[in-house]
Amino acid sequence: MSTSASETGTLVGRTSEPTPRRKGRSGPGVNWWLTALLSVLALTIAIPLYFAVVTALKTTDQLGGTGFGLPTDIRWENFADAWRLTDFPTTALNSAIITVGAVVLTLLTNSMVAYAIARNMNRRLFKGLYFYFVSALFVPFPIIMLPVAKETAILNLDNRVGLILLYVVYGLAFNIFIFTAYINSIPQALEEAAAIDGASTWAIFWRVIFPLLAPMNATVGILTCLWAWNDFLLPLVILSDPGSATLPLVQYVFQSQFQTNYPAAFASYLMAMAPLLIVYVFAQRWVISGVTRGAVK
Amino acid sequence: MTTQTPVRPQTRAGREEPQRKKGVRLAGAFYLMVLPAFVLFFVFHTIPVIQGVYYSFTDSPGYGPADFVGLRNYIALFTDPRVLHAYWFTFLIAAVATILVNIVALAIAIGLNGRIKFKNGLRGIYFIPNVLAILVVGYIFNYLFSNSLPALAEKLGIDALSTSLLTKASTAWIAIVILAVWQSAAFNIIIYLAGLQTVPTEMYEAANLDGASAWRQFRSITFPMIAGFFTINMVLSLKGFLQIFDHIVALTGGGPGTDTESVALLIYKGGFQGGEYGYQSANSVIFFIVIVGFSIVQLRVLRRREVEV
Repeated sequence: MSTSASETGTLVGRTSEPTPRRKGRSGPGVNWWLTALLSVLALTIAIPLYFAVVTALKTTDQLGGTGFGLPTDIRWENFADAWRLTDFPTTALNSAIITVGAVVLTLLTNSMVAYAIARNMNRRLFKGLYFYFVSALFVPFPIIMLPVAKETAILNLDNRVGLILLYVVYGLAFNIFIFTAYINSIPQALEEAAAIDGASTWAIFWRVIFPLLAPMNATVGILTCLWAWNDFLLPLVILSDPGSATLPLVQYVFQSQFQTNYPAAFASYLMAMAPLLIVYVFAQRWVISGVTRGAVK
Repeated sequence: MTTQTPVRPQTRAGREEPQRKKGVRLAGAFYLMVLPAFVLFFVFHTIPVIQGVYYSFTDSPGYGPADFVGLRNYIALFTDPRVLHAYWFTFLIAAVATILVNIVALAIAIGLNGRIKFKNGLRGIYFIPNVLAILVVGYIFNYLFSNSLPALAEKLGIDALSTSLLTKASTAWIAIVILAVWQSAAFNIIIYLAGLQTVPTEMYEAANLDGASAWRQFRSITFPMIAGFFTINMVLSLKGFLQIFDHIVALTGGGPGTDTESVALLIYKGGFQGGEYGYQSANSVIFFIVIVGFSIVQLRVLRRREVEV
């Protein structure tokens, strides 16, 4: 290792000429072939979305064939039909309430629990709690799905409130894992200084630590948002009242009615995907960096 | 520090005292911080786990009284063709999808990490599937597989594809894998990209000077350097795909018959609709053991490889 390193070191030092030539061979900075290849591959992402858009704008008799052609006669009413059929305002509001509730509560509570655990890892009780929560990462949801559905029904939590609660509780395992890792990197000197100034533990957490957690809060917030908004299984088994159905759930419930009316179905799919897609388009970098941080920690 | 030896014991004592006092006072607040979380977690996670295990020893249909049947559910599971098929089908999809997702994601991530134009834009496009609901995307793919693809195949004269992939289990699994790869490559690409950015560019420059081929560079530099990211992605992908549910609901609903049921779908259908609450609880317990077992074995193998390279 060390010999090859020194060898290349001397090589670079000695011959300054070959280096630019080698670079020149693969293009002056930009590899256009690779760019073209990746752009073509990106079409695989675009095709299903393009297909959804053109289908949502057709009349039913324009369907048939491969379906990739542009609509000859645009029918905007498909969106109105889908809007009415799935009761879009209510459904979207349900999804929004559940997602916002889950994100806000998760950020406020999970970070606090992680803080208490991270700063007391030397105590056996807190260390035990840490492993207790994190071990849930190994318990897949299908295993507890039957009893949880029963339990929430008994407790009258088979509704939006119950769903929010479950997202907050089931998020604990992963969130504590990444929050504690981050909190451990925050020096304790700040808290000690605040404690000497007479701040209580609560005040220290909310005023000193919580603001410092901003990057991790972004990560956890994004991941919770994507999860709660797009989740299908948990709403499917928990929600009993059709009036509190979320957007993915309602697509499932209305499948039988869509069967005869594909354009309205696709309009409905687009409307279900649109809110998060629009947010993503504007907050793209922020979302990607947030997700990356969560996985790398 | 060392020159202040006489002062040191004083500050030490001065610091220790508030710390001890703080320790006693703070502990109360810390307990309050974790107590509600502990209670809720116990009620909504641990109790269901215990309940699930309890029901697995009963013949409960999901309501009304139930009798204790000992290990009968577990014994029956191992001879139930529907259950065995669901496991086989789940393993097939999970294995193929995990491998394909990681190959595709790694290849695209390496491309995106290259000297390309529109780097951020392309990265943004490749991540889109991760913000979409699998179920909804699945319905779009369902239409593509059952209507567009056969029509396209007919035009091109490919007889093998002229009937929908989704009508037979022997081809439906391919459609399910395609949807799974399309949807999860997005996440894995981002992780690999983060990993690739940790590899110092000097290493490639050095390898270039030594005349190493691109494949050789990948094998000797890139892959060893991102082995940890490879492990994360493999473990997360496999764990996710073993629980596959949404994809199958959207594409086949488990059909034709029960030919494309995954374990998670079988537990759902049997437990909620089929009156097999106790029986499927036993299935859940077995499924749990299988998933934990897989995760441990996989982590062990991949970690050992990481050390070797």
